[in-house]
Amino acid sequence: MTKTLIATVAVAALTASAAFAEEVRVYNWSDYIDEDLLTQFEEETGIKLIYDVFDSNEVLETKMLTGGSGYDVVVPSGTFLQRQITAGAFQPLDKSKLSNAGNLWDVIEARTEQYDPGNTHSINYMWGTTGLGVNVGKVTEALGADAAMDSLALIFDPANMEKLAECGVHFLDAPAEVIPAALQFLGEDPDSHDPEVIAKAEAVVAGVRPYITKFHSSEYINALANGDICVAFGWSGDILQARDRAAEAENGVEIAYNAPTEGALMWFDQMAIPVDAPNPDAAHKFLNFIMDAENMAAASNYVYYANGNKASQEFLVEDVIGDTAIYPDEATLENLYTTTPYPQKVQRTVTRLWTKIKSGT
Amino acid sequence: MRRALLISVPYFWLLVLFLVPFAMVFKISLSDSVLAIPPYAPTMKEGIWALLTQLDFENFTFLTTDDLYWKAYLSSVRIAAISTVLTLAVGYPVAYAMARAPEEWRATLMMLVILPFWTSFLIRVYAWIGILSTEGFLNQFLFGIGLISEPLTILNTPTAVYIGIVYTYVPFMILPIYAALERLDGSLIEAAEDLGCSRLQAFWLVTIPLSKNGIIAGCFLVFIPALGEFVIPSLLGGSSTLMIGKVLFEEFFSNRDWPVASAVAVILLLILIVPIILFQRNEQKQAEADQ
Repeated sequence: MTKTLIATVAVAALTASAAFAEEVRVYNWSDYIDEDLLTQFEEETGIKLIYDVFDSNEVLETKMLTGGSGYDVVVPSGTFLQRQITAGAFQPLDKSKLSNAGNLWDVIEARTEQYDPGNTHSINYMWGTTGLGVNVGKVTEALGADAAMDSLALIFDPANMEKLAECGVHFLDAPAEVIPAALQFLGEDPDSHDPEVIAKAEAVVAGVRPYITKFHSSEYINALANGDICVAFGWSGDILQARDRAAEAENGVEIAYNAPTEGALMWFDQMAIPVDAPNPDAAHKFLNFIMDAENMAAASNYVYYANGNKASQEFLVEDVIGDTAIYPDEATLENLYTTTPYPQKVQRTVTRLWTKIKSGT
Repeated sequence: MRRALLISVPYFWLLVLFLVPFAMVFKISLSDSVLAIPPYAPTMKEGIWALLTQLDFENFTFLTTDDLYWKAYLSSVRIAAISTVLTLAVGYPVAYAMARAPEEWRATLMMLVILPFWTSFLIRVYAWIGILSTEGFLNQFLFGIGLISEPLTILNTPTAVYIGIVYTYVPFMILPIYAALERLDGSLIEAAEDLGCSRLQAFWLVTIPLSKNGIIAGCFLVFIPALGEFVIPSLLGGSSTLMIGKVLFEEFFSNRDWPVASAVAVILLLILIVPIILFQRNEQKQAEADQ
């Protein structure tokens, strides 16, 4: 009798744990999804979703290279993805489990092949450009009505920056974003890995350094929206979020995002499955869920970034699909450039140069 | 037998919590950076022989080729030293007042010193951002009482780093000094005054020397963590505040160079070990004197 009881309890305990056994851990950028999608995924699949966020590629990369992160799905950007694939951090995707693969957009896939040949290890989640966020009123006040607010000269010409310093300028704290832009401004190859060419970018940034209020990769959203700064060199969707926050607050601040006419850096955030993912099966289910046209559209409509999902475009609101700051027209698309990862030695030079620019040492 | 067991406990503690982690970091500092998981070679997997033959000191020599590192060490030592002096200036009077307070108040005062620890350290540092920013409470207050007409820029300057460190570590200064002062026999000061000392002289000649060990303990408890501090300078300091903790972070995360990061950490540890040994010797002397 007692034995039967113990057996029954044991079986009950096992079934109970089995009900929760299936879980998937996703590690994505902060403020990068419509959170309703997370509950929707759990309801549709019955898989418990644990969703964590990060705010820098470096932190993610360190977790990947240490191994045993415990995550099933992670979202590195293109250059970081490429390096981590080389290091053997990701497993190839099982395309047979991704029934929504047909929804993907060939134009974007052609570009992400540069980082992930054959797109075997990743799918595109979102992409965007790096450019200029301007407080239209304040910049006009500082530079006059005919100021070119869509030129890199706005942030790299000391004459402009001197006047803008008083109302505040933020730069991304990311050398891999700022140095290519400075090279583009000079007419050099933005993807140059030659330390001598990169040193020319240092001179440009160092020249305007006294007028830069802060190097930070997320604070500018609020700072722009509140009118604390008048120019930010940042990521497209973040600046558009600032524009909407300012509009909602009705504080008289008008923010615009401009991709520089000289050309803008185009970047891609890719979803991939770590080689030691505890539940790769559920990870594929999550990817397939995200690749669903309506789900992907919901995410883009929420965060104001373009995605790599062609089929989702009919579900996008006009505010997103119709905005050339998010979905650039053909001409602008031609004008976008991409970069490749720096080799280890060059990376060290770049980090060192960045420290020198920021701290003067 | 029992005695040997008893003595072995602290050594075991030292081995597990200090020597083993140090050996691991030291080993990585002698290896080379590669693009793999983990991002250095050789690893333990390749066997002891490979490990022993492939290790070298080039990461340490590399540190001498760039002035960034010694400047950062020096700047950290300076910031930690100034912070320690400031913390002592704030902490000593508080500890003194606590020790002089009526007996029934002391437990409550002690509680008040410890109370901030109930809130997360990170949240308390974030709170300082709200206080010190241009639109923050401090500026609004000073503006309100008419002391300033232009907002003060404190956030993102070294001043904010000092404020953050002093605020965070002042309890570590107060507690050992309080412990020393509380034990102080009041009749010694009476005796000093009877023998012609003014109150100030008695304080200087009797109270300070007798609380010396508390002061030393407090200074080390502040100086050591302040030297490697990363969170406070990165949240409150500007990009021009150079500290070794930040350099270490950059080596580890931006350069993905674990071997060089480990070499930086090993040197940092060596800088710290000297004051720790001095402290230990002082403690020993004190223990002998008490016997």
